[in-house]
Amino acid sequence: MSTDVVALRRRYARRHVAARCGVYAAAVLAALVCALPFLWSVISAFKQNQDLYDPESNPFFFNKPATPDHITFLFTDTPFLTFVVNTLIVGAAVVAITLVLALPAAYSLARLDRPWGTPMGIAIFMVYLVPPSLLFLSLTRVVVALHLEDTLWSMIVVYPTITVPVSVWLLIGFLKAVPKDVEEQAMVDGYSRLGAFVRTVLPLVFPGIVAVVVFSFTLTSSEFVYALAFVSASPEMVVSTGVPTQLVRGDVFFWQSLQASTVITAVPIAFLFNLFLDRFVTGFTMGAVKT
Amino acid sequence: MTRTRTGPEPVAVEAPRGRAGLADREGFLAWAMLLPSVVYIIALVGIPFLLAIAFAFSDVTTGDPSFDWVGFQNFDAVFGDGVFWRALRNTLIFTLVSMVLIVLFGKILANILVADFRGKWFVRFLVLLPWTTPVALSTISWLWFLDSIYSPADWVLRHLGLIDGNVVWLGKPGTAMASVIAVQTWRLTPLAAVIVMAGLVAIPRDIDEAARIDGAGFWRRMFEVTIPLTLPVIAVAGLFGAIMTFTDMTVPYVLTRGGPTHSTDVLASWAYFRGIEGGDVGQGAAIALFLFPLLLAGAIAILRAVRRLEGQ
Repeated sequence: MSTDVVALRRRYARRHVAARCGVYAAAVLAALVCALPFLWSVISAFKQNQDLYDPESNPFFFNKPATPDHITFLFTDTPFLTFVVNTLIVGAAVVAITLVLALPAAYSLARLDRPWGTPMGIAIFMVYLVPPSLLFLSLTRVVVALHLEDTLWSMIVVYPTITVPVSVWLLIGFLKAVPKDVEEQAMVDGYSRLGAFVRTVLPLVFPGIVAVVVFSFTLTSSEFVYALAFVSASPEMVVSTGVPTQLVRGDVFFWQSLQASTVITAVPIAFLFNLFLDRFVTGFTMGAVKT
Repeated sequence: MTRTRTGPEPVAVEAPRGRAGLADREGFLAWAMLLPSVVYIIALVGIPFLLAIAFAFSDVTTGDPSFDWVGFQNFDAVFGDGVFWRALRNTLIFTLVSMVLIVLFGKILANILVADFRGKWFVRFLVLLPWTTPVALSTISWLWFLDSIYSPADWVLRHLGLIDGNVVWLGKPGTAMASVIAVQTWRLTPLAAVIVMAGLVAIPRDIDEAARIDGAGFWRRMFEVTIPLTLPVIAVAGLFGAIMTFTDMTVPYVLTRGGPTHSTDVLASWAYFRGIEGGDVGQGAAIALFLFPLLLAGAIAILRAVRRLEGQ
């Protein structure tokens, strides 16, 4: 009988080990598939021209010594830094506008129970699904009419149409998770409804606000269609349009510098996003599930 | 105002507290806090949308912005052009194939990401890269990956003895379309995984444990417990993927510029080429308008899935 138990235990142990190996193999495979082009970008960015432009040389290793020349070139001889600064300016402004518009709207929909709360929330969410490709032609005319073409302002004014709806949706989830007693207590203590929102609820949803900031910034930095349609002057371009249009001269691609610019942009955003991934995941479920 | 709970009387009751007023009237506050967003959205989404419809019936061009009604002339011109039908067909193929792949890989990826293992943080970081990187930039990386001469994929295939010379991925209609679909799937799978993860996290632990105790193995639990419970979330992920693919022009624009000979042109990119680069705003708007009916169907489907999610 004891041998049975031992055999069973061994079988379970084997199964456990197999399951662990499976998880690790799957995780490594997933990471490789997702990161492969970037991995290759990192290697390419440091290659010498003779090494890069030789179809016979192994593309995954340095066949000639690595060189930082192309990265220096990116910063000194191309407007890449201007694009980065522009992206940060547009991103910061859009995030600020988004919070100013979305926080009160989300509070109104989540807490001040009006009969039109739910349909209005759904209507705002639906706006998120209206794509730039449907609106860019008419918005370009609007931008021209406002004399904002070829300026960062065109993007600052228009981008919140993308970020506000999704931020309202996420914030509703976070606001619903705050217990109602908190506000009631604050109101008993003499704050007005508005005061209770500002002084007690806002600090409590701070994690949600951070998640919305990161998410809005990510959306803003990836936007392409509007940026391409509104701005055609290089000094006012952002990374997402500047790199693919300005770092290519005719048919000449500065491949190493292009690859470097991709990696330099990609890594910080993914890093930030990863920090707040859990909050984003819970925010999404709360907005959808809790009523 | 008549049916709201806090009318004038409750304010009067609260008045002794000394802070009553507009900041305490819920009915007023609810509108006042929502209004800025609503006004903004109407001004920059609602009006441009109506304007887009108006443009489709006008002869507006970038050179001559004056508005003249031309009826269905733009639609006639668009329908008469074979490229439009090709773009429509490409859009449908692009969307359907990408959506199926995004849901499939997204579900697998979500299952990997909720498991516990060492180095999870780093794996998550790498997995998020395709989605958080600006699309235009990651597509540039792919453009180089699929280069006609120096593609490392070709190098590997050559050294395995599978091909001579080069595949020229982006130069042939079939492989160009496959490349565009692959890049789109690669880029949106992490988003689908994050959405599905939200659903997986929300499953109560005891359900999974009960199934375990009843002796259900991994696959049985997957197909009889997890998948049915997360179906609405999977549907949401799929519809998000579909809508974002359906309306996307970045990947085809950067990767192939719609080529070779329009074999990867989609409605959105064709609208851009016509409306902005060709300068014919009216025709561009008419093409873009075709995105709307299918988009609406997708949005309604998402709404239903979300309703079911709330019903749980």
